Amino acid sequence: MRVQLSVNGDKHEAEVEPRLLLVHLLREVLRLTGTHIGCDTSHCGACTVLMDGRPVKSCTVFAVQANGKQLMTVEGLEQNGTLHPLQASFMSEHGLQCGYCTPGMLMTGYAFLQKNPRPSEDEVRMAISGNLCRCTGYVNIVKAVQHAAATISQGGA
Amino acid sequence: MIPAAFEYHAPTSLGEATALLARLGEDAKVLSGGQSLIPMMKLRLASPPHVVDINGIAGLAGLREADGFLRIGALTRESDLEESALIRTRYPLLHETSKVIADPIVRNLATVGGNLAHGDPANDHPATMLALGAAVVTISPRGERTIPIGAFFTGPFATALRSDEILTEVRVPVPAARSGGAYVKLERKVGDFATAAVAVQLTLSAAGTCEQVGIGLTNVGLTPIKATAAEAALKGRRLDDAAIAQAATLAAEASEPSEDLRGSVAYKRDLVRVLTGRAVRRALARAEGKG
Repeated sequence: MRVQLSVNGDKHEAEVEPRLLLVHLLREVLRLTGTHIGCDTSHCGACTVLMDGRPVKSCTVFAVQANGKQLMTVEGLEQNGTLHPLQASFMSEHGLQCGYCTPGMLMTGYAFLQKNPRPSEDEVRMAISGNLCRCTGYVNIVKAVQHAAATISQGGA
Repeated sequence: MIPAAFEYHAPTSLGEATALLARLGEDAKVLSGGQSLIPMMKLRLASPPHVVDINGIAGLAGLREADGFLRIGALTRESDLEESALIRTRYPLLHETSKVIADPIVRNLATVGGNLAHGDPANDHPATMLALGAAVVTISPRGERTIPIGAFFTGPFATALRSDEILTEVRVPVPAARSGGAYVKLERKVGDFATAAVAVQLTLSAAGTCEQVGIGLTNVGLTPIKATAAEAALKGRRLDDAAIAQAATLAAEASEPSEDLRGSVAYKRDLVRVLTGRAVRRALARAEGKG
């Protein structure tokens, strides 16, 4: 089946089997390997991408369902060689160790900050509760999201 | 994990969708949010030869009150319930439920209709809809049908839906004055199914006695359970400690849990007792305007 979709603003077209999962389309057909496959059972959130602006677990969506949709992956955060404030905050606040969960954390965090620009610690923790990290204990991830919120509200990177 | 191959259909109208289902019969599964169906297909617990994706059908999503009912379109996402001011202010039971289903990302796709149509006794909306006395509206080539929620769950992962029917809407009676509801769920972690959970919706009379009450139990039996004896113990009475304790005991007796990693039979049954007490108290506080 032919699917057309936009990923990070670029139009793509591909011929896919209906059973192909969105995460496999992104990684193996479009070669956008920033999105990770973690548990492959919709638990861990490493594969989180935005579909029409909402975070979804791309291991639990068929590629054909993304036909005609606007997708955003972690590759879409950086603009003209400048990290998004959320990425910069993950760096400065040490919001990652092994980095495996980071693409999912970033996409969830990105969508969350658009809805809630000045979240409390509890709100951040609830927002990322569908994304598992096995290294950091979440403390620095929460700090990074709040740091990014402060940076963005001050209008800078 | 790769699902078995299937043929994909994306109808754009209910007529087209039901005609497809009528033709394909048991070979087809309806795809709404996909957050239960796709994992089952990946595990090959389900291998439908045909998948009918209803997401392209306009008008199946949305929340509105009309003709004495809250009408929840089948494709309404759990996150839509969570973010709706109408649901937050008027339907605390539904709001509380939407916040504990799976995790926030899954809720962006998971639908209310799918949560019921899947027929999983571990899902949360079956119990809440039993407590609310909801009804399910379906459509097929033979026309529309309204199924009271009490007759909807027919067995484990089985519902009254026929193979050519699509669930289009859930209707919840608009609560009367002095109503309140609560959903109390114990889960080991975010995203897990309930170890047990209890939904309560009640209405008080002007005199302060319990006029109407519904109690639903999650994941403590082969189907979602309506705790009718517990309801009868509360109806017409003032909801004091003795009445609540009696209802909680009766709800525990109505549960039929099985032992698994989440706990033993005795533990889960006692959990139902404790959670029923908490849910009734919280619903009562809300009905009294203190919640």
